[in-house]
Amino acid sequence: MILHVTAILGFQLLGEVLTRGLALPVPGPVMGMVLMLAFFVLRPTAAETMRPTAQGLLAHLSLLFVPAGVGVVGHARALGEDGPAIVAALVLSTALAIAVGALVFVAVARLTGDSDD
Amino acid sequence: MTDFKEIWSYLSGEPLLWLTATLAAYAIGDAAYRASGNRPWVNPVLVAVLLLSATLALTATPYEAYFEGAQFVHFMLGPATVALAAPLFANLARVRRSALAMAAALLAGSATAIGSALAIARALGVDGASLLSLAPKSATAPVAMGISESLGGSPTLTAVMVIFTGITGAVIATPLLNALRIRDWRARGFATGTAAHGIGTARAFQVNETAGVFSGVAMGLNAILTAILAPLAVRLFF
Repeated sequence: MILHVTAILGFQLLGEVLTRGLALPVPGPVMGMVLMLAFFVLRPTAAETMRPTAQGLLAHLSLLFVPAGVGVVGHARALGEDGPAIVAALVLSTALAIAVGALVFVAVARLTGDSDD
Repeated sequence: MTDFKEIWSYLSGEPLLWLTATLAAYAIGDAAYRASGNRPWVNPVLVAVLLLSATLALTATPYEAYFEGAQFVHFMLGPATVALAAPLFANLARVRRSALAMAAALLAGSATAIGSALAIARALGVDGASLLSLAPKSATAPVAMGISESLGGSPTLTAVMVIFTGITGAVIATPLLNALRIRDWRARGFATGTAAHGIGTARAFQVNETAGVFSGVAMGLNAILTAILAPLAVRLFF
C-alpha cells in the first residue's frame, strides 16, 4: 500500500519535473499517467498489484472536484454582465461537443468495422 | 464552559472543519444521488458545491479559509489522474483498436467545443478578454488556464468556465447520449471526456468502467489538442 502510493506520487513528481523542464503543454499528472502506463507495459505484473490502490483512488473521483467547484461559485461574479451569455455558450457548446464527438466516434467505428466486445 | 465564539474561532483557524465539511457535503450529495434513483441532475459534485457555498455564505467564511481545509481533497486530483493508468492499462488493447475512431472523435469534439463556444458567445455580444477566456474551457483546468493566459484571456475566468463546463457535461451527458441512442460505452465516455475533462471522466466512471477509461484518454488527449486548436480558432474569430 505505502509502496503503491509512493509509486503514484513518484510518477506524478516525475511528470511535473518533465513537463516543466521541457515546457510541455500537458499537466504534470497527465504526463505522470503516461509514464506509469509505460511502466505497466514494461512490467505487467506491477499493474495487477497496483490495481486495488488505483481503484480506491478513482472510486470517488468526483469528490476531488468539490473544492474547485466551490471556488467557481465564489468567483461567479467575475463573469460580469456577460454572465448569462457565457453560461448559455458553455451549456450549448458542451452539449454540441458531446453529441458531435459521440456521433463521429460511432460513425468511424462502424466504417472501420471496429465493434467493441 | 467555553463559549461558542471561542470554539468557532479555534475551528475556523484549523483545516479540520472544512475538510470534514467537504467530505460530509459530498456524502450527502452521493446519498441524494442514490436516493433519487441515480438521476444525473442530482450530481453529487453539484449538490456538495451548492451545500458548501451556502454554508460559506451563511458563516461569512472566505474561500481562502475554506481552501485551507479543502486543499487536502483538492491535492488528491493529481495522484488520481496518475492512477488512471491502471484501468487504462487493463483496457489497452481495446483502446488501441479504437485509435481511428478516437482520433476522429477527438478532432471533431474538440473543434466543436472551441468553435461553438466562441461563435455562440460572440453572437450573444461577448467580446474581448471574456471571449478569449472561453476558448480552452473544455480542456482540464491547469492546461486551460495556461492556454487562456497565452491567448490574452483571464486564467481565473477560464477556471470558472472550465469547472462550469465540467459540471454541465456531467449532468447532461447521460440524457443527451440516451436521446441520441448511442449505446457504445467507448463513444459515450470518449465524447464526455473530450467535452467535459476530469469532471466528465468522474461521471463516466460512476456509470461504467469502459466509459471511464475512454473518457480519461480523451481528457488527456484533448489537453494537448486544445493547446493547438484554441490559438488557431481565436485567430479565426479576432
